[in-house]
Amino acid sequence: MFGTLTFKRALDKIMLAVFFTAGFITIFITVGIVYVLLSDSIEFFKEVSIIEFLTEKEWTPVFATKKFGIWPLVAGTFLIAGIAVAVSIPLGLIIAIYLSEYASTRVKEIVKPTIEFLEAIPTVVYGYFTLLFVTPLLQKVVPELEAFNSLAPGIVLGFMILPYTASMAEDAMKGVPQRIREASYALGATKLRTAVTIVLPAAISGVVAGFILGASRAIGETMVVAIAAGMYPNLTIDPREPIQTMTGYIVQVALGDLPFGSIEYLSIFAVGLALFIIAFIFNSIALWLRTKIREAY
Amino acid sequence: MVIEALKGLFLGASQKVEDRTRAKEQSKGSFSSNTKLEVKDLNFYYHEFKALKGINLKIPTKKITALIGPSGCGKTTLLRCFNRMHDLYPGSRYEGSIIFHPDGINITEKNIDLLELRRKIGMVFQRPNPFPKSIFENVAYGLRVNGVKNKNLIKERVEWALQSAALWDEVKDRLDANAYSLSGGQQQRLCIARAIAIEPDIVLFDEPTSALDPISTAKIEELIINLKERLTIIIVTHNMQQAARVSDYTGFMYLGELVEFDKTHKIFTVPSQKLTEDYITGRFG
Repeated sequence: MFGTLTFKRALDKIMLAVFFTAGFITIFITVGIVYVLLSDSIEFFKEVSIIEFLTEKEWTPVFATKKFGIWPLVAGTFLIAGIAVAVSIPLGLIIAIYLSEYASTRVKEIVKPTIEFLEAIPTVVYGYFTLLFVTPLLQKVVPELEAFNSLAPGIVLGFMILPYTASMAEDAMKGVPQRIREASYALGATKLRTAVTIVLPAAISGVVAGFILGASRAIGETMVVAIAAGMYPNLTIDPREPIQTMTGYIVQVALGDLPFGSIEYLSIFAVGLALFIIAFIFNSIALWLRTKIREAY
Repeated sequence: MVIEALKGLFLGASQKVEDRTRAKEQSKGSFSSNTKLEVKDLNFYYHEFKALKGINLKIPTKKITALIGPSGCGKTTLLRCFNRMHDLYPGSRYEGSIIFHPDGINITEKNIDLLELRRKIGMVFQRPNPFPKSIFENVAYGLRVNGVKNKNLIKERVEWALQSAALWDEVKDRLDANAYSLSGGQQQRLCIARAIAIEPDIVLFDEPTSALDPISTAKIEELIINLKERLTIIIVTHNMQQAARVSDYTGFMYLGELVEFDKTHKIFTVPSQKLTEDYITGRFG
């Protein structure tokens, strides 16, 4: 009798330890990643000053005269993410309003999983789809569009992040209590007015959180841009030219056979750290907005 | 006992005078011209379920009509027929007619303009449901929906509506504050202001005080009584004392049927149906 109880207690303690470890493993991993990024970045910044990193306008680590200005990579990253967001936000909003306010349950049951399925497609498929299908298609319409450019991957990324922009926005709008909609209809408002002037503003923090997570996803996306955007660090806003993103550069260097510990090798940690900081800021804003929505009503 | 107590409610002198004049009006046969809504053989179906069965009822103009009955009796369902709120959800079907006087429009008609109907028949809901916007914008919304663009006019109407809803003095210095910063009772008065700002003919109240404390409830009841000078009121309530306190006419519903409809004091003192009496005296419900 007593023996069983002791065993149960011991089991209880063991399980607690298991749950605790499982819960905190994510934190250990994150801390580990930050540690590696930081320690190797510090090595990098011993040779290249942070000032140069942040003010130089060229990124030429493999040239004879090496320059380490992060801006061409940041510009490439934000150009593509910007195009993706410009495609995804209007489209996502329309889809969200349609699904949350207009679509019948049956339509919703088909469309919503389909949108979420977009995330399950391997990004390498998107990459080759962009390079071999979307870019040639766009070249028929857009003059002087180069084989590697930021326009095509930007547009494809815009669709790829619809699970965030459309689906999360729809979740937020669906969460607006029905009685608030009824109040609007009871005053003689149309469906469209109710959706746009009542439901959307009420859900705005959740909707924007989805947009920001989508943007964050576009910034961190690697495969599509590595395949279809080019490998040319280029401080430009022309979406027809080849560019290189931060993630694209990391892939290029990591896959090449650069000597371990060389300055080029170390540079990817500095770029990775910069990327990490940007993504961290975006996700924090999104998280803050999502907690805010629960206070609204 | 209960009946005796309720009788006491109606022995006030002023009430008697009012009753006499009303009786006169009715004996002259002017009742029909004073009818705002005329419900004829109304059936309402929710999918296969017949929620309302053969309702016949005349809602008098500029009076307060209460609908009472146990949960699930169909009182709220009937109320939501008047502004066709059921149409927001699939599977609703009406049979029979609800004539909206004096225009003579049939509310249950398929093709009527629901936006116009809802502009004329406003609604206040069970739980306060202000929009997550400022106090001012909550009241202005109905005006904007109906195409009022003149800023001064909107300001004027908002102030008027808030005054009519006895809320103006409490909020006049913070019209830009979020409506959710108000207390529950204030929120409900805001919803009343929002409903009356567009000057509807009728306002439907769906258990408007069920989520409120007694003091807020008293304020809302006083407000409803004051509003009948200007408009016709239909109130659904699960609270019999409330029906007795505020209404002129009362309909008692049970299992989707209208069991009895009469002047409130008759319903509460000399009901003609045994079922009504059982409910009023608390034998079931």
